[in-house]
Amino acid sequence: MNIYVLLKQTFDTEEKIVIEDGRVSDDGVKFVINPYDEYAVEEALQQRDQHGGKVTVVSVGPDRAAEALRQALAMGADEAVLLTDGRIGADEGAAAAALEKYLSGQSVDLVLGGNFSVDSGGGQVAVRLASRLGLPHVSSITSLRIDGSTATARRDAEGDTETLEVTLPALFTAQQGLNEPRYPSLPNIMKAKKKPFQTLSLDDLGLSAAEALTERVSLSLPPERGAGQLIPGSPAEQAARLVELLRTEAKAI
Amino acid sequence: MSQPVLVIAEVRGGKLRQVSLEALQAARIARGEGADVQAVIVGSGITALAAELAGYVGGKVHAVDHPELASYNAPAYVQAVKGLLEELRPARIYLGHTAEGRDLAPQLAALLGAGQISDVISIGEGELYKRPVYAGKAFEEKRFLSGSGVVTVRPNNIPPAEPAAAPGEVVDRDYAPPADLRSIVRDVLRKAGGKVDLAEAKIVISGGRGVKSADGFKPLEELADVLGAAVGASRGACDAGYCDYALQIGQTGKVVTPEVYIACGISGAIQHLAGMSQSRVIIAINKDPEAPIFKVADYGIVGDLFDVVPLLTEEFRKVLA
Repeated sequence: MNIYVLLKQTFDTEEKIVIEDGRVSDDGVKFVINPYDEYAVEEALQQRDQHGGKVTVVSVGPDRAAEALRQALAMGADEAVLLTDGRIGADEGAAAAALEKYLSGQSVDLVLGGNFSVDSGGGQVAVRLASRLGLPHVSSITSLRIDGSTATARRDAEGDTETLEVTLPALFTAQQGLNEPRYPSLPNIMKAKKKPFQTLSLDDLGLSAAEALTERVSLSLPPERGAGQLIPGSPAEQAARLVELLRTEAKAI
Repeated sequence: MSQPVLVIAEVRGGKLRQVSLEALQAARIARGEGADVQAVIVGSGITALAAELAGYVGGKVHAVDHPELASYNAPAYVQAVKGLLEELRPARIYLGHTAEGRDLAPQLAALLGAGQISDVISIGEGELYKRPVYAGKAFEEKRFLSGSGVVTVRPNNIPPAEPAAAPGEVVDRDYAPPADLRSIVRDVLRKAGGKVDLAEAKIVISGGRGVKSADGFKPLEELADVLGAAVGASRGACDAGYCDYALQIGQTGKVVTPEVYIACGISGAIQHLAGMSQSRVIIAINKDPEAPIFKVADYGIVGDLFDVVPLLTEEFRKVLA
């Protein structure tokens, strides 16, 4: 089975956001595999180990995204591909166009990605890609079982659980709870350095452009929330006072 | 006549979702009063809902009513609206940033070769769409560069549309199931009845490691019942196995913006704060006076949630009775 995982490098979720010159500063920031994509990598490895085949991790991003791909190789992926080019526009449509061009030249049985990225959070790239490639998809899955060319997935839909059956090749996006991503072992970290790693530009893909259809006009931080008041007293007094404040001062309940 | 704008309304539990009226309002704000705003509603047995929707829209409401559309299925729903999109060539499409909208929107954007701006919370002058990035640690304003655009609207942020001066006309549309449905919904397990949805809840009661066990959520659930609130959790509580990941609030998990957020036994890690700090009123209950959650709370109670929460439930019962 040829398995492809879409992977984005994002800020660690414990990072604070600092804006400098209208952009998010990445000074000293710790980068990780987007947590939802990490579930996708783990799922790909488990499916490969069960059914045989090869796992290729693919990312669209700047040069530093290579680190995240190496991390996925260290987890156990077989090959990595970084699509990097200043001409790939900065939105989900552009990323999907580059990925489509790359994947349409490959023999694909299964594509896995994250449900959304924890940075831009558009939740578009994987589903757009499925549509562009004409693949059936199920988004936000919490389990995946493959039997021959049929995949059965459970999808989380705001607390409802839908069970869907699709025919491979197909694309799935991972929701929390799908699996427990592994940590790379030291021998695997060493092995990862020797695994095939391709870096491709738009010229390599045979694309003249992958244009963004939207653009960012401004960026700002949320208004600071000042610390409020601590309510003193016994638990009973605190509870009574809080209810009173919520009704009179905050007019919330 | 300018190109029409299309709102895709959503049906859940036999009702028109409020977020669909918020999407309608988004269309009006973004495109101005003169815009030709139409809507489409997809489902099974939706005659009354289509009429209800028409009361808000004023323009045409296209109804695609078919037994196979009773619950959301990606290829079936795309098929249901595809013909309409080809006829109308809408300049914009607005829908809710819900499980259904999040899945449907990128497919329609790909189909139309359109840009998409997801999870919009407000719309400014010059059709600028404001949305959170890094789960609300920052905000960006985006615009469409050219062509058509798809917008998903975060529930609870844009006020719902008021009824139209005169109801619009409902137009029934045929549905021809796709020849090969490559994705089949085998089963839908609805979550326990009566529970309030996290994303749309006006009040959220959330538990962290301080709840100590799955049973520890019981007092929170009792308070939620009294207030008509939804129950959420921090990553700590989910990782510890006290609750399902579906409840997780944070940069991973869900982002919520309720009127009132009550954090019980949650320390306030930055990844959790990202998911709730835009709530209007934040209340923190924690034994540790140094917990970072107190830095963003409007009202803080230093104390044991197992003492305080049941007392709060009692107080609210009294005043809301």
